[in-house]
Amino acid sequence: MSDKPTLAETMARIGRASERRRSAPPLREERVTLSHGSGGKASHALVESVFAAELSNPLLDPLDDSAVLPAPTGAGGLAFTTDSYVVKPLFFPGGDIGRLAVHGTVNDLAMAGARPLYVSLGVILEEGFPIADLRRIVRSLRQAAEEADVRVVTGDTKVVERGKADGVYLNTAGIGELRAGVRLSAAAARPGDRVLVSGRLGDHGVAILVARAELELESAVESDSAPLHGLVASLLAAAGDGVHALKDPTRGGLATALNEIARASAVGVRLDEARLPVGVEVRGACEILGIDPLHLANEGKLVALVAPERAEAALEALRAHPLGREAALVGEVVEEPPGMVVLRTALGGRRVVDMLAGDALPRIC
Amino acid sequence: MKHVDEYRDPSLAAALVRRIAALAGDARVQIMEVCGGHTHAIYKHGLDQLLPEGVELVHGPGCPVCVIPMGRVDDAIHIARRPEVIFATYGDMMRVPGSAGCLLDAKAAGADVRVVYSPLDALQLALRHPEREVVFFAIGFETTAPATAVTLQRARAAGVGNFSVFCNHVTILPAIKAILDSPGMRLDGFLGPGHVSTVIGTEPYRWIPERYRLPIVVAGFEPLDVLQSVAMLLEQLRDGRREVENQYARVVSKDGNPRALSAIAETMELRPQFEWRGLGFIGQSGLRLRRELAAWDAEARFEVPGARIADPKSCQCGEVLKGVLKPWQCRVFGTACTPETPIGTCMVSSEGACAAYYTYGRYELRRQAETVAQHP
Repeated sequence: MSDKPTLAETMARIGRASERRRSAPPLREERVTLSHGSGGKASHALVESVFAAELSNPLLDPLDDSAVLPAPTGAGGLAFTTDSYVVKPLFFPGGDIGRLAVHGTVNDLAMAGARPLYVSLGVILEEGFPIADLRRIVRSLRQAAEEADVRVVTGDTKVVERGKADGVYLNTAGIGELRAGVRLSAAAARPGDRVLVSGRLGDHGVAILVARAELELESAVESDSAPLHGLVASLLAAAGDGVHALKDPTRGGLATALNEIARASAVGVRLDEARLPVGVEVRGACEILGIDPLHLANEGKLVALVAPERAEAALEALRAHPLGREAALVGEVVEEPPGMVVLRTALGGRRVVDMLAGDALPRIC
Repeated sequence: MKHVDEYRDPSLAAALVRRIAALAGDARVQIMEVCGGHTHAIYKHGLDQLLPEGVELVHGPGCPVCVIPMGRVDDAIHIARRPEVIFATYGDMMRVPGSAGCLLDAKAAGADVRVVYSPLDALQLALRHPEREVVFFAIGFETTAPATAVTLQRARAAGVGNFSVFCNHVTILPAIKAILDSPGMRLDGFLGPGHVSTVIGTEPYRWIPERYRLPIVVAGFEPLDVLQSVAMLLEQLRDGRREVENQYARVVSKDGNPRALSAIAETMELRPQFEWRGLGFIGQSGLRLRRELAAWDAEARFEVPGARIADPKSCQCGEVLKGVLKPWQCRVFGTACTPETPIGTCMVSSEGACAAYYTYGRYELRRQAETVAQHP
């Protein structure tokens, strides 16, 4: 008897090996290497093991060049948006870049009055990034997508050399379906409209500032990152076409969002400082750092401009929703001066509320 | 919020405003708030609009960013561009224009410029990067000078060889004197700088009432502090008194902070001359490191051009800093010069009179303009 394998045995062995190679090759590395971006086997291992496994759904699973989506059923048309995420640090109290990448895009769709359906996920990784952190981010992103009832249907991953990116950058694009008859626009605010905000301002901005640990401040403030389409649905159900404009005051804060609306609608906005909901810790941080809570980012708040006769119903609807319990009426739209936001201070003075110029640089004394 | 809300009580503010109106009557009074912190607080809370028409607040030279001349910014950028240097600066200085761009531009072009919140953070950078030279851009009045002084003492004690300070500290009193001596000046009193006074105390202001017959009230930074200080000044004027009074007694003492003063004295000395943006050279107004600290003095360790760069012709920061012009009376205010594209320093820092006025006060300006147009 010879111990040499027969031809049939050899062929079977090769067959099994190539089968193994075709199905998800194992991801053994602990850190991202350039070969994970090569498009070859290591890329497949990363995509299959980290992304496809976690985000699996029938539209994503074929991993084809394009996701093939069913045609929309309603008559309202589609909303389409994209946003990139470069937050530092990647993990912060109340969230992480993965959650943010879902909430940011879902909220952009929600502000058009759309029901979010699908998102894409683009990932740019820096060589050396820990695979464990990447898994944590993707898991968090999946949970956020589930909570927001959207599916990740297509994606892409690239790797750049160490030092050419800061850990990981994400991009998500989103498609949503518009409700029939809903036309929200920053240009649709009218004099007399009431200005409503859905809750406390500035939590995300302060959570990030504190998490950066450059300031040796400590606080229990968490990011407010949350998907807002449910809140918007309640609002629209209660106030219908009385809702003229919606915005989520993210970068640049409420000041920027309202300035954009004031300019687009050629109206003035009058705010009342005493009515602005700002948490005591956020106020404290702003006092110490010399920044204005109106310039701080939010990731789970909206501002709504609502016709006066529907404002009360709108406020009630916001407050009845878990994400709007601290909603408040903070001001109104006026004719003059167009394009400008003016705040009545708690002491009765007035000042202009402008968009942020440059970065939020703290004053030194 | 404790320690803040009690100084912003609207009903107490309204009572103070009524008292100010009664004290002022029909008189026209010009009060200079020396400190940029006051300018910021006045606009942030809209206090200027609460005052009676005859009581006018004039913005003084006490914004530390605003008084840095262009030549010093150029020197800073020159140091920052050196490949071995990590240049550490307060955030406010990033956008202050030099003759060819600002530190933000230098950073974009490759200079390693980092924003720090304290000179001690810069010293930490030096300890973390022993292979690099860390230079701290020191600016500010007696308020920030003690922090620089203590950092220098620690650097010397620990023998940190890769840390140095580009010193641009200035003292407030010579600037006040320069303003009082400048022609065309008409002031009725001063709101004294609260934070500077925590360090130097209230005694050093005595010459203002004695030699210039003007009252000064050292003031805190909350709305009620500012309003109460204005009322105290008006009471002095009504009673014919000319004194140094201390409204900010919860923080400021007569003799200041002796430990902070001795830290400054141990590490720094007066320069014979220092150039102020818009005000020109003022004798005995700037601080430099003492010679025994030359090893930590960026000016001794690095070549700097040291050129005097004239302020841009269109810029009238000097007149604004002296209180001769209101920000909106400057030729380029709000047109060529805005917070996004500043020409002068007063438009950069949130404590600068022009930036504060542009950010918070434009509405008022517009209203006034419309009133004039309607009732010419």
